[in-house]
Amino acid sequence: MYGRKVKLRFLFVIIVLLILILSVFLVLKSLEENVVYFQSPSEIYTSSELDKKKIRVGGMVKKNSISITANEIKFIITDFKNEINVTYAGAVPNLFEEGKGVVAEGFLKDRNYFSATKILAKHDENYMPPEVKAAIEEK
Amino acid sequence: MLYSVIGYYSLILGLCFGLILILFSVKNFQNSKFDTKILSFTFLQFFFVVISFLCLVASFILSDFSNETVFNNSHTTKPLFYKIAGTWGNHEGSLLLWLFVLTLFILIFLLKSKNQPTKYKILTLVFQQIIIIGFFVFLIKTSNPFNFLFPTPEEGLGLNPILQDPALAIHPPILYLGYVGSSIIFSSALAATSLNLITKSWATHIKKWVLISWIFLTLGILLGSIWAYYELGWGGFWFWDPVENVSLMPWLALTTLLHCILVLEKKLILTSWVIILSISTFTLSMCGTFLVRSGILNSVHTFANDPERGLFILIFLFSLIFLSLFIFFFFHKANKDTPTSFFWLSKETSIIINNWFMMYFLSVVLIGTVYPIFLDVLSSQKISVGPPFYHKLIIPFLIPFLLVMAIGPKLKWIKSNLEDKTYLIILLLFSILLSFLIVKNFDINFLLNTILISSALYLFLITLRDFFIKKYNNISQNIAHFGFSLLILSILFNNLFSTEIITNLKVGETFKSETTKIVFEGMSQKKEKNYRSIVGNFSIQNSKGKIENMSPELRIYNQPNIVTSEADIKTTLISDTFIVINLVQNQDYFNVRYQVKPFMIWIWFSVVLISFGGLISFIKKKYEK
Repeated sequence: MYGRKVKLRFLFVIIVLLILILSVFLVLKSLEENVVYFQSPSEIYTSSELDKKKIRVGGMVKKNSISITANEIKFIITDFKNEINVTYAGAVPNLFEEGKGVVAEGFLKDRNYFSATKILAKHDENYMPPEVKAAIEEK
Repeated sequence: MLYSVIGYYSLILGLCFGLILILFSVKNFQNSKFDTKILSFTFLQFFFVVISFLCLVASFILSDFSNETVFNNSHTTKPLFYKIAGTWGNHEGSLLLWLFVLTLFILIFLLKSKNQPTKYKILTLVFQQIIIIGFFVFLIKTSNPFNFLFPTPEEGLGLNPILQDPALAIHPPILYLGYVGSSIIFSSALAATSLNLITKSWATHIKKWVLISWIFLTLGILLGSIWAYYELGWGGFWFWDPVENVSLMPWLALTTLLHCILVLEKKLILTSWVIILSISTFTLSMCGTFLVRSGILNSVHTFANDPERGLFILIFLFSLIFLSLFIFFFFHKANKDTPTSFFWLSKETSIIINNWFMMYFLSVVLIGTVYPIFLDVLSSQKISVGPPFYHKLIIPFLIPFLLVMAIGPKLKWIKSNLEDKTYLIILLLFSILLSFLIVKNFDINFLLNTILISSALYLFLITLRDFFIKKYNNISQNIAHFGFSLLILSILFNNLFSTEIITNLKVGETFKSETTKIVFEGMSQKKEKNYRSIVGNFSIQNSKGKIENMSPELRIYNQPNIVTSEADIKTTLISDTFIVINLVQNQDYFNVRYQVKPFMIWIWFSVVLISFGGLISFIKKKYEK
């Protein structure tokens, strides 16, 4: 009924559509897997279930909370309402200081302990990550 | 004070000339003649922007703190070089630089396209003036670089120290030449579409602009990447940070456009591709400016979070997109009289396949960059999309991409066959074998790595072989593709064989692992005009027993009071050794990061090679004319 050319074109359109659907699916799937959520210490404290995936925690580094040994750095992140203990083995950025904003990426051990795999750099002394600002203002 | 006044009124005059130019162009368009006054007015507009720009530079050099921009971003103790570079190290100044390049390019465009049709030239000028006026209004209304401060402060606030760096001083101008170059392509494509002038000769004419913006964009991204490598202290060169992505997106679009233009020049096909890509390259450049300037993305590029600015760019951007889509849908007529069919095995097919791959890469980067913003707006959930997302979605598709890139140029236009191509198969087998040996040798048994390395190696060997065949005349393409294969290979080896040690050390302590011994021997202090620095002396012994002394530095700047770390990097042809220290507040410990990164220099070199390929193409075509 239809010519060979029409059939071919039809096949072509179907293949393109399939590829398109497949790639959209792929993109969405890996988005879901690789997205890192941001939480404040209070959110972690009040959450009903602990996130097993990698998350980011942000807030202020509590005054006099940094302690350091040869292998790791410990400190406390606070949003002035709740706080969380962080242990970290790795490089710290220049602007990592007590009383300044910080964002740590890693895994929750329990409600009070967070094991960080990365501490994010800031670029400016006056600058505070919007997430941290929001987390502190929410209290 | 005086300079601010001159600068401000020059801007207003420049805006006036923009409006006059549009009026004039409309009149000339109807009579279809090209008045020489147009050229003089364009020159005058450019002249006033230059005056304005020089006034800002002068205010920075003289540390005129009655100017708000200077006050916010400069300091008297800053070295002269960074006073000048500070001109575009801030929001207002960098927009003035945008404007400077915009007006410069339209002037060059008019001077260089004397032989083009009059109506086309005028229409391009009109579209370009719309963009220019948009930027003038934006600059004057929301981000005037010449605001007064009274009473005049004694001292400025200083420039963010991590921006006080030679690579970053020239990074913005170079990048902007690329970004703004795409505005000419945008205006010209719209003009050509409206007049139904998308022809082979148009392709030849606009190709130079595509090439020049592409070269600058490539080099601009490279400079930013090199800076991030040695200044941010992470020891990487690409972080999939949103601000990096916004420069990568126009690059991907522009690279695709470059290939489409080459096809259009020969075959008069892919016209819709060319128009859409011309529009999207510039739109993506604008999007980049919007995302970065509005403070939505937070990074070193975010100078101020001002919602008004973001809103303005957003409205401007959407009007431009609307205008261009309108022109595309109503004026673009597909070329019916030329044969557009080609055999599946041909150069055209391979270019189209890789175009689609590039579009796929572009969408991945776009989604990864924009999705967190949308989610934040819609559900106020804060998320970030990290490197694993991009790696997972891009790396597997690099394999077919590289293979098509290797074989494509070997095919003929319209229809090709695989006779006399046995060397293609021999080289493929050879590269698979070689990469298998490499990966096996280092005990990293990933199937993916073997396939990836072999496909990159395949492209490498094929392009390398072509250098020795005299008959082969497309030297620019060969250099660029060779550079790309080298880039992928270096990145792969760099990722596979990098090693890292992170530890906290006190002065005098030693860190020992199976392969490396790091001794923190001592500390010394230095004092410069605007910072003092602590230099750590380290001696590092690797597994072969070779001892190297390295001295990373911590700089404590006076104004603003910020600590930056300067990595010490020893570069050889085979690998970089990289060490950086950080002070942890009120503690005796220094946080030490030591990395051995193979083939670092080859990553930079290959990108230079890629843009060199573009340069050759640019020069070559000029000779033929």
